[in-house]
Amino acid sequence: MTAPIRITVNGAPRELAAPLTFSQLLDELALAGRRLAVERNGEIVPRSRFGEARIEDGDRIEVVMAVGGGE
Amino acid sequence: MNAPERIAGTDTLVVAGRSYGSRLLVGTGKYRDFDETRRAIEASGAEIVTVAIRRTNIGQNAGEPNLLDVLPPARYTILPNTAGCYTAQDAVRTLRLARELLDGHSLVKLEVLADADTLFPNMPETLAAAKTLVAEGFQVMAYCSDDPILAKQLEDMGCAAVMPLASLIGSGMGILNPWNLQIIIDRLEVPVLVDAGIGTASDATIAMELGCDGVLMNTAIAKARDPVRMAHAMKLAVEAGRESFLAGRMPKKPYQASASSPTEGLIAAKS
Repeated sequence: MTAPIRITVNGAPRELAAPLTFSQLLDELALAGRRLAVERNGEIVPRSRFGEARIEDGDRIEVVMAVGGGE
Repeated sequence: MNAPERIAGTDTLVVAGRSYGSRLLVGTGKYRDFDETRRAIEASGAEIVTVAIRRTNIGQNAGEPNLLDVLPPARYTILPNTAGCYTAQDAVRTLRLARELLDGHSLVKLEVLADADTLFPNMPETLAAAKTLVAEGFQVMAYCSDDPILAKQLEDMGCAAVMPLASLIGSGMGILNPWNLQIIIDRLEVPVLVDAGIGTASDATIAMELGCDGVLMNTAIAKARDPVRMAHAMKLAVEAGRESFLAGRMPKKPYQASASSPTEGLIAAKS
C-alpha cells in the first residue's frame, strides 16, 4: 500500500489516496470546468497540462478565480 | 454631423494599442449581488472592468455563479488587479495567475499597497513589480502615488498607463492635489488615469477637466444609494469633463464682471 499524498490546497491540508492529475483533483474538488487558474509551489500549471501533470507529495497548490474587486 | 458621433468616432482612449470609446473604468467590488454589478456596469458604459483574483472556495458553493459569466471577456476588457497585495512578489504571482485565468490576456492593473489603514501605494514595491511584469510581457497599468517623479519612472520602465490616486482608496474624498495630477498629466506621454478617491460625479468631471485620459472608480458607484443611477451619472460626468477639457474653458477673470447682454438698447435708458 502506498503512503497517502499530503498536499495543501488554498492553504488547507488535504490527503490524496492516489497520485491524481490536476484534472482529477479539480473533479474531486467539484471545480471541473470552471474558469480558474492553478499554481503549484509558486509555478503556474497551464490548463493544457491539467490532464497529464500529476500531484506530488508536499505540493502547495493554489486555485484562484476572478471575483468582484476594484482597488 | 452630430456631437455624439463626433465624440464616439474620434476621441478615444488608447491603452496598450487598443482604442476605447469610454474613458470610465470601473471596479466590480462592493455590490449587493452580481445582478446589481451587471446593471451598474452597463449603465456606466465602461468597456474596461477591473476584477480581483482570489482563492476559489473549496468544497462549498459548487454551483455558485462566476463573475466572468456576468461580465463576459468577449464583451468587456477584463483588467485583473492585485488589490490586497503588499509585496512585489505577491503582485507578480497574482498577475501570472490572472494571465493564465484569462487565456494569456496581458493588460493588468498593478497595485501594491503599503498598509491596510491607508491602502496607500507602496511605491518601491510597485516599481519593482512593474519592472518584472514589463519584462515578462505584461501591459501594466500602475496604481501610484501622485508623485510626478515616480509616475515618470513608471512610464520610463514601460508601463502602459499610470494611475495616480485622487485620494485614498474607497474614501470618496475627491481630488486632493490637482496640482500634482496636473504635473503628471503634463509630463507623461502614456495615458494618465485618476484612480481611487472619486466620491461623486463632479470629482470625475474635475479629473477629466485637468486633462487626464480617464478615471477608474468602484466605491463611488457601488456605495451610492442608487448604484445603477450613479453609474450613469459617472458616465455623463466623465464625458462632460472630457468635452469641457477639449473645448477649452474661458480664462478666469477674477473680480472682473463682463455682461453677456448688450449694454445698449435698454428700455429704461435715460439720457
